[in-house]
Amino acid sequence: MSAMSKEETEALIAEVLEVYPEKAKKDREKHLAVNDQGVESSNKCITSNRKSLPGVMTIRGCAYAGSKGVVWGPIKDMIHISHGPVGCGQYSRAGRRNYYIGTTGVNTFVTMNFTSDFQEKDIVFGGDKKLDKMITEIDGLFPLNKGVTIQSECPIGLIGDDIEAVAKKKSKELDKTVVPVRCEGFRGVSQSLGHHIANDSVRDWVLGARDADNSFETTPYDVSIIGDYNIGGDAWSSRTLLEEMGLRVVAQWSGDGSLSEIELTPKVKLNLLHCYRSMNYISRHMEEKYGIPWVEYNFFGPTKIAESLRNIASHFDDKIKEGAERVIERYKSEYEAVIAKYRPRLEGKRVMLYVGGLRPRHVIGAYEDLGMEVVGTGYEFGHNDDYDRTIKEMGNATLLYDDVTGLEFEEFVKKIKPDLIGSGIKEKYIFQKMGIPFRQMHSWDYSGPYHGYDGFAIFARDMDMTLNNPCWSMLKAPWKQESTEAKAVAASA
Amino acid sequence: MPNVMIRQKQDGNLLFYIAKKDQENVVSTVEIDTQEQWGGEVELTDGSRYYIDPMSPPPVFPITLRFKRAE
Repeated sequence: MSAMSKEETEALIAEVLEVYPEKAKKDREKHLAVNDQGVESSNKCITSNRKSLPGVMTIRGCAYAGSKGVVWGPIKDMIHISHGPVGCGQYSRAGRRNYYIGTTGVNTFVTMNFTSDFQEKDIVFGGDKKLDKMITEIDGLFPLNKGVTIQSECPIGLIGDDIEAVAKKKSKELDKTVVPVRCEGFRGVSQSLGHHIANDSVRDWVLGARDADNSFETTPYDVSIIGDYNIGGDAWSSRTLLEEMGLRVVAQWSGDGSLSEIELTPKVKLNLLHCYRSMNYISRHMEEKYGIPWVEYNFFGPTKIAESLRNIASHFDDKIKEGAERVIERYKSEYEAVIAKYRPRLEGKRVMLYVGGLRPRHVIGAYEDLGMEVVGTGYEFGHNDDYDRTIKEMGNATLLYDDVTGLEFEEFVKKIKPDLIGSGIKEKYIFQKMGIPFRQMHSWDYSGPYHGYDGFAIFARDMDMTLNNPCWSMLKAPWKQESTEAKAVAASA
Repeated sequence: MPNVMIRQKQDGNLLFYIAKKDQENVVSTVEIDTQEQWGGEVELTDGSRYYIDPMSPPPVFPITLRFKRAE
């Protein structure tokens, strides 16, 4: 199918909205839009960061998911207590593949689940005593932990426990960082508020810890990687590029990051921000308080990498600028070989995306490098500033959908018939059963890394392996296939 | 009275960010922008207008300021 015109896309949206009751239709209408690069600001065409409609299938998470799962969880040498009933921590444990170096259970704790396992008694009498005891126990069992964070689950806010008081008391007692995070799941409309709350807790409880300590030796080339969660090793493949061009990466936030790295971040010269959605808050804070500028960058696909490396280098002297050119030159043959191999196999294929954070806009460049076209994209929990940045990246008359519902996504796919869909695990099997190749783009379908030049090679291979898999031609049961032979038999009978 | 974070973009324009609304807009005009004073009515590229009492000396960006909605 050729590209749709603006009118056709509008008609498609109207058609899909038809099934809703009047009120729901009015609400959902605002979240679906046809991209128009001429629009300056996204709030004229799309509404985002609003409460999902009751009754529709939404793919969003909660504030706890945003804080424990995304921002705090990957910090490897701290213990993150899921404070509340056992389920929230247990069912989200180790699912995000934030890789890290260390011995789990000895000096790193990312994939482990620590929970205060609330019972009725704790709800009735309060859980502060239990939390106090737990932190003491944790320190006895895992003496190499650098600190503890208390990630509140819903009941903590409902029963009004004073986790801040416990945190202050234990912090003094153990002489370690103890951070209370008020990320109860019922706060906000999606995980996005959890990111914000987590950022604020970093700001209030951790960031200023070494303001008075100048013993850290700085160089003029210190940077930090902010908003890279090291999914499948993403931050490592980004870090090598930065180091090769002559920069010194002081901190990784928060994939494979540690508490001391976070404390040292205010000493860097430039913050490099990958996931704008989850970490722009802390970057803005550091800019205001410490005067550290921040730049957004994109390490998906060679075009965007080169663009980003040059942009990052423009904040430094000629040595780094030359370094950036050297890095781009060095990997040129490598990525050109990748493109030469996969582009003919993927050229012209159409992709629909529906993910969270930075990917709905960041991966577009990588697909374009492979000759593919993104025909629809949307954020689970994006805000207007995300859509502002997306409009420029997407082609005219392509679809934008915010917090898309199960029904809408399926109907769009049926009509647009993309060659590939990138979304989450809950969508994967629906679309595979519909016969459409699918990649789980939250944690790279158990592959990765996808960042950097090394990641691009893996990205291209994965897309090819999914799209050109022979299984897609075998989806129809043999007795449902109308072979010419069967027709001939039927005709003769 | 929104809290607004104002930062200088690389091209020199001021970026007006309202955290509560996740609204990022470029400032198109500032009523008083001299060596000694900064403030008054601020107009954004999307047409909305805000007001802040003129400050002296002018603030150093980035900074969080409390604006009023201009009538």
